[in-house]
Amino acid sequence: MTINATFIGQILVFLILLWFIARFITPALSQALNERQKKIADGLAAAERGQKDLADAQSRADGVIKEARDRANQIIDQANRRSNEIVDAAKGTAQHESERIVTAARGEAATEAARARDALRREVGSLVAAGAARLLEREVDAKAHADLLDKLASEIGRS
Amino acid sequence: MAAEHSTEQTPTEYIVHHLTHLKVGEGFWTFHVDTLFMSALLAAATAWFLYAGARRAQAGVPSRFVNFIEMIYEFVDGQVADVYHGNRAFMVALALSLFTWIVAMNAMDLLPLDVPGSIAGLLGAKYWRVLPTADLNGTIAMAIVVLFLIIGAAIRAKGLRGYAHEWVTAPFGANPILWIPNFALNVVELLAKPVSLSMRLFGNMYAGELLFMLIALLGMGAALSLGGSFMFLGQLIAGTMWAIFHILIILLQAYIFMVLPIVYIAMAEEHH
Repeated sequence: MTINATFIGQILVFLILLWFIARFITPALSQALNERQKKIADGLAAAERGQKDLADAQSRADGVIKEARDRANQIIDQANRRSNEIVDAAKGTAQHESERIVTAARGEAATEAARARDALRREVGSLVAAGAARLLEREVDAKAHADLLDKLASEIGRS
Repeated sequence: MAAEHSTEQTPTEYIVHHLTHLKVGEGFWTFHVDTLFMSALLAAATAWFLYAGARRAQAGVPSRFVNFIEMIYEFVDGQVADVYHGNRAFMVALALSLFTWIVAMNAMDLLPLDVPGSIAGLLGAKYWRVLPTADLNGTIAMAIVVLFLIIGAAIRAKGLRGYAHEWVTAPFGANPILWIPNFALNVVELLAKPVSLSMRLFGNMYAGELLFMLIALLGMGAALSLGGSFMFLGQLIAGTMWAIFHILIILLQAYIFMVLPIVYIAMAEEHH
């Protein structure tokens, strides 16, 4: 453990190492770490911003959806009302039409029946007259017995 | 480990052999070739190791190796930031150089005791001490650099006049009667720093090395006597325990030698 010139050499070695580390190692590491720190901070800030944007978009989307739903409900209500109106109107028209048709048909039927009855009555009258003529072996003056015949015919028609 | 020496060496010769440097030169101008070579080799290895990490460090995701280098850097940077306020770029470089280099040199103590000497012997060197920090020249060299950095930092912070003024007026006062006591105390205070720094590291590593040698002597005893197998077992257990404990000393001494110079420089820049 004697001190001799070795320490001079050791000082040189140490100074060279110190110079090398101060020149090439620490600046590079310090720079890399600072850059990474900045990058991570930026990344975190961006993530936070993204999250905020997402929340904003979410709330905006919720608003839009709510509005759309309201609007759709409104439209559906309107449509329902309108369809009810249309159905009601159609129902009224149909009722009306059917009544009209029924009335017309009934009237027609009545007219037809009356006409048939008249025809029948005339037929019966002439048959009766013919029958009577056969019985009486002579002409029956249809004109002279018209009243009688008519009366008969109406009795038949009624029965 | 030491078995091959047992036939030709007494324990004393063994230890003396292991404590002898490979020397070149005479008197003061003697150079310890082993210390110079090992410390330069380890400085180069440390520099290359750190450079390999620093070269690839960028803002992106670091690889495991780069991450390890960054971890060392951040540890040192954090330690320096705790004691030194102000622009600490150079302080971090100083602390990183001291820490990594001293760890590398101290770690040589964990090599099997006779292996480096045997290899050097094959290459024709009669002696080879592998541990540069167990050579007082190695530790005092770093302490001297630190001493000059302390003085330089003080002059930079206070100016030459301010520093000279402090030498004669602090710590007792500006009264002319007190100039000489002030100056004497300042000399002691200033020189105590490098001396304690270098002696602490040297003492720890020298003692650790010596203890490894004594443990190795157990193995030598194993070859000599009948009950020697117990001694061999003793060497195995004691050597393992001391090596594991020594890992702590290696890192702790390097840590102390890293932090104290930064503390001294920070103190030197303070105004009294």
